Amino acid sequence: MMSTDSVAQHAAESDGQSASRDSVVEVCNLHKSFADVHALRGVSFDIPSGAVVGFLGPNGAGKTTAIKILTGYLAADHGCAKICGHDVETQPMQAKALVGYLPENNPLYLDMRVEQYLSFAWQAQCQQNAESKSQAIDRVVCATGLQSVYRRNIAACSKGFRQRVGLAQALLHDPPLLVLDEPTNGLDPLQVVEIRELIRNLGKSKTVILTTHVLPEVEALADRVVLIHQGKKVADGSLQQLAQAGDGAQARVVVAGTKDELVQLLNDVGCEVVQALNAPLGSVKNCGAIVRLPGSGGSKALAAISAAVAQSNLSLLELNSQTGTLETLFKDLQTGAVSA
Amino acid sequence: MKRALLLAKRECWAAFDSPVAYLVLAALPVLTATFFFLLGNFFAEGSADMRAFFALLPVVFVLIAPAITMRMWSEERRSGTEELLFSYPFRVRELVLGKFLGAWALLALALVATAWTPLTVAWLGDVDPGPMVGGYFGALLLGAACLSAGLFLSALTQNQIVAWLLGVLLLAILNLPALLAPMLAVSPGWSQLLLAFDMNERFSAMSRGVVSFGDLSYFVGLTVMFLCLNGLVLERRRWR
Repeated sequence: MMSTDSVAQHAAESDGQSASRDSVVEVCNLHKSFADVHALRGVSFDIPSGAVVGFLGPNGAGKTTAIKILTGYLAADHGCAKICGHDVETQPMQAKALVGYLPENNPLYLDMRVEQYLSFAWQAQCQQNAESKSQAIDRVVCATGLQSVYRRNIAACSKGFRQRVGLAQALLHDPPLLVLDEPTNGLDPLQVVEIRELIRNLGKSKTVILTTHVLPEVEALADRVVLIHQGKKVADGSLQQLAQAGDGAQARVVVAGTKDELVQLLNDVGCEVVQALNAPLGSVKNCGAIVRLPGSGGSKALAAISAAVAQSNLSLLELNSQTGTLETLFKDLQTGAVSA
Repeated sequence: MKRALLLAKRECWAAFDSPVAYLVLAALPVLTATFFFLLGNFFAEGSADMRAFFALLPVVFVLIAPAITMRMWSEERRSGTEELLFSYPFRVRELVLGKFLGAWALLALALVATAWTPLTVAWLGDVDPGPMVGGYFGALLLGAACLSAGLFLSALTQNQIVAWLLGVLLLAILNLPALLAPMLAVSPGWSQLLLAFDMNERFSAMSRGVVSFGDLSYFVGLTVMFLCLNGLVLERRRWR
């Protein structure tokens, strides 16, 4: 299958790449098992400075395990993870000082007030104080919009504000790397928009690893996507590359004529029918299909279909190229169309 | 050390945000004074002797020390803040020491709150300062050993009640050898060995004003051993 080959090839190429000098994150051949569950099976990737990377995978793919290893909560059975060149296992203090982490479900000390918690987090995280505590807290409070709840008990804050508190503690020491695990989980639509805007702004000056199930969020925020499935990396590339690779370049064709004629014509020009459309455009005289375009798709393939239809007895009513989405790639993963 | 103190401060704050700190601060002075003045023989004997007061402490600590430590690791784990704490640049020893110092500070405060008992005794008669100073010093060491054991057990479970029950059980066992020695020991050598591990026996010597190197080593050693075990449990969990 073209899409599978393309994605896998790209992943393999990325594996083979040596870490560039300005890599903020270098993950090399990570393995981790829990009892009889092999959560990670040799995951490798590099993330250069300034990138916003979506770290995706179905439930149980191993992405949270990889994040926990990267942030020092778990130790890998095999392989290494480095942050700005510091190994998280052998130089944990240096590595952890460079990471701002918002864990899944945003755990916070609910018994503290926002100001107390930020003060605690600053003292816990800041080793070399480039700015004073009050300066750092002022900066993150402004960046995350916490002014109105600054003196409030965290337990009394809304979920949206708690999420902001979680983000604020991750930003206090001004780390070059932010790791955000499901940052919009459980928020209402308005809060989701606000947090996304915040992440978008942070991505202008920091490297961000974003783990989420919400694919439009990744499409809205990430420059690049790393997809893992069953403990292995199966895709790594820009959104455009993955969207094309996920389901191949596809097109929607609608003609006035019979289904058999259309299928014969499409086969002649090398298209694979993905889905037949019954009575499209509201008429039983029409027939249509979603087709996977040959080669790399594009305008040449569309022109070939158009020319073939013109030379036949059929009348072309619609011919649209369709952009693949991450959803389709995700579906491919879950149905096994893309094998790990 | 700075980070350990930071965590100790947070632990004290968390304890005062829950009923635990207030219960401990109330229970220790009330229980000890009630047993000493009302249920003991203090007024019948007519002697300004504090031994009966200090004799109560190991029993009270069996209940109170695990109550102080039960939530310290189990709640961090249950709520997920443990993951956040591990993502901060803390060393495991700083985390363990911070939790321990927070618990020890709370117990020390509760011991200060019991001071009105010896002050009352001193007002009623002449108190020998040696056993009293030795007793309070011993109580701090006994408390350290009990808290470190409770802290270690709190790291083993996400359930605070289970942590408390395990703590009570372990501390009860550490106070039992002297009682069991006559029944279990088949020879004087065995009896001596069992008594050497008895927390109560070690503490009672200190409360008489005799601070020996052996008793000091016992309490410090027990404390260090449980703190190290606590660190090992946390480190081991990273490799699970």
